[in-house]
Amino acid sequence: MQTPVATKRDMSFAEVRGESAGTSAPTMAPKIRIRNLDFFYGSFQGLKHIDLDIHEGMVTAFIGPSGCGKSTLLRTLNRMYDLYPGQRATGEILLNGKNVLDPGQDVNALRAKVGMVFQKPTPFPMSIYENIAFGVRLYENLSRADMDNRVEWALRKAALWDEVKGKLNQSGLSLSGGQQQRLCIARGVAVKPEVLLLDEPTSALDPISTAKVEELVHELKSEYTIAIVTHNMQQAARVSDYTAYMYLGELVEFGLTDEIFIKPKRKETEDYITGRFG
Amino acid sequence: MRAQRFQDALFHQVTRFFAFSVLAILIAIIGSLIYGAWPALQEFGAGFAFSSDWNPVTDKFGGLISVYGTLSTSVIALIVAIPVSFGIAVFLTELCPPALRGPLGVAVELLAAVPSIIYGMWGLFVFAPLFADYIQPLLTATLGNLPVVGGLFQGPQNGIGILSAGLILSVMVIPFIASVMRDVFEVVPGILKESAYGLGATTWEVVWNVVLPYTRVGVIGGVMLGLGRALGETMAVTFVIGNAHRISPSLYEAGNSIASTLANEFAEAASDLHVSSLIALGLILFFVTFIVLALSKVLLMRLGRSEGEKT
Repeated sequence: MQTPVATKRDMSFAEVRGESAGTSAPTMAPKIRIRNLDFFYGSFQGLKHIDLDIHEGMVTAFIGPSGCGKSTLLRTLNRMYDLYPGQRATGEILLNGKNVLDPGQDVNALRAKVGMVFQKPTPFPMSIYENIAFGVRLYENLSRADMDNRVEWALRKAALWDEVKGKLNQSGLSLSGGQQQRLCIARGVAVKPEVLLLDEPTSALDPISTAKVEELVHELKSEYTIAIVTHNMQQAARVSDYTAYMYLGELVEFGLTDEIFIKPKRKETEDYITGRFG
Repeated sequence: MRAQRFQDALFHQVTRFFAFSVLAILIAIIGSLIYGAWPALQEFGAGFAFSSDWNPVTDKFGGLISVYGTLSTSVIALIVAIPVSFGIAVFLTELCPPALRGPLGVAVELLAAVPSIIYGMWGLFVFAPLFADYIQPLLTATLGNLPVVGGLFQGPQNGIGILSAGLILSVMVIPFIASVMRDVFEVVPGILKESAYGLGATTWEVVWNVVLPYTRVGVIGGVMLGLGRALGETMAVTFVIGNAHRISPSLYEAGNSIASTLANEFAEAASDLHVSSLIALGLILFFVTFIVLALSKVLLMRLGRSEGEKT
């Protein structure tokens, strides 16, 4: 976001995250610290001893072949797996120093802080306006005017406002696929999370929409910590600051994206990135 | 090649014949109802539907009492059945441990397979006495004291009447509504629910704000299926409604529905006018069902508009 509209809300963002934007050095305390994380689907172990730091104000990409556990890892960060009996995680995921895997953790509060966007656009069966307002209403009791402002703000953040401002009352399902996905990003942004999880957000989109979403990721990272799962290595190279290469539930290599893509330390990583995998 | 084309044309004609035969049967039924009801409609005019007369001795007939009984029992049935069915469906699809899902689902479907005569006997011999001894006093002591609706819950506590019939009907329609709701809730994409959970919504918020709007066509269809059954249900209602030709302010009083009147009186209808009046009641039932169906379509269109059109 080059010049955010100066509203009271943006001021509060500046207060909270101002110092981190732009100056975020890898040395500062990570936003999310994952320690010795194991994950199980029943008796199958989906993640093995993951240790990883996700840095504030940065984009961290997870790459690896299908089934390597990168989506699973993403889904532990907001405890989405809680919805399914038989799935469990052990270890530590520290968000702002607090373990989110703690059974006492309020998952609704956690998910308010850690938003998620999925492989396919999932607009709710309601108007464009309501799609955004729905999430906000879960946490805040805004007046009509404040809600209007919030909806506009979120849609602007997602670079969608100009395309939908005349038809906010139309169904979210009336938009094109790329617009729907940006609507979902706007919906995630509207509740003002601290972290955004993007699970292959462009896998169902055409190249132009993909480019728009990538641009969006680039702009949003000044205010949000972003973790993105992608099958597309060029995408990881384009949008991320850090990259984690995973294989069969293990974290093979993690480091600055430039280093991973230019001179990976591990042979397996190099094989995958250069397409010699398997 | 030519043989194939002929086969296809034949198939086309046969399917069209089947489809149009539905229309033909429908028209034939309406036609014969109107024909049979004609003497009564000529004698009493449109006022037939709004007259509370029903006297075979003086040959004065009107449909109001039966229409009231049919509508009030059906409304009671839906008031009870919709929330219960919704709860059953939400539990089965969202909350139930997988091991229980199968057995409970089958139990709901079996409830739909119980013949209505069984419900009638059970209603008269088991439900009605218990209802009279325990539930009616309780309702009178609580709801009976409310300012406007209180009168509905006062009167003879004998377990027979409009309210009992409505409750038996609700038990009969719950399996229909619940199993349709469950089926449509199950087809909601997991990813859509996950995105609502991902915003931090609770199960209730997900079900109420996302699952229900997504499935509204199916849910309303299920309710209509249940309502259709409630409107036309004969045996079970005849057993417990009390079969009295009067309209009373209390739901505890005996009444009559269109279907129960037909079942009770067709065999012993003496005069031609009596028979014709009964057929006219059948015609009214037909139109009530038709209107209900039309209203549900209108409701769906309204809901569609309030949630934003898909242009």
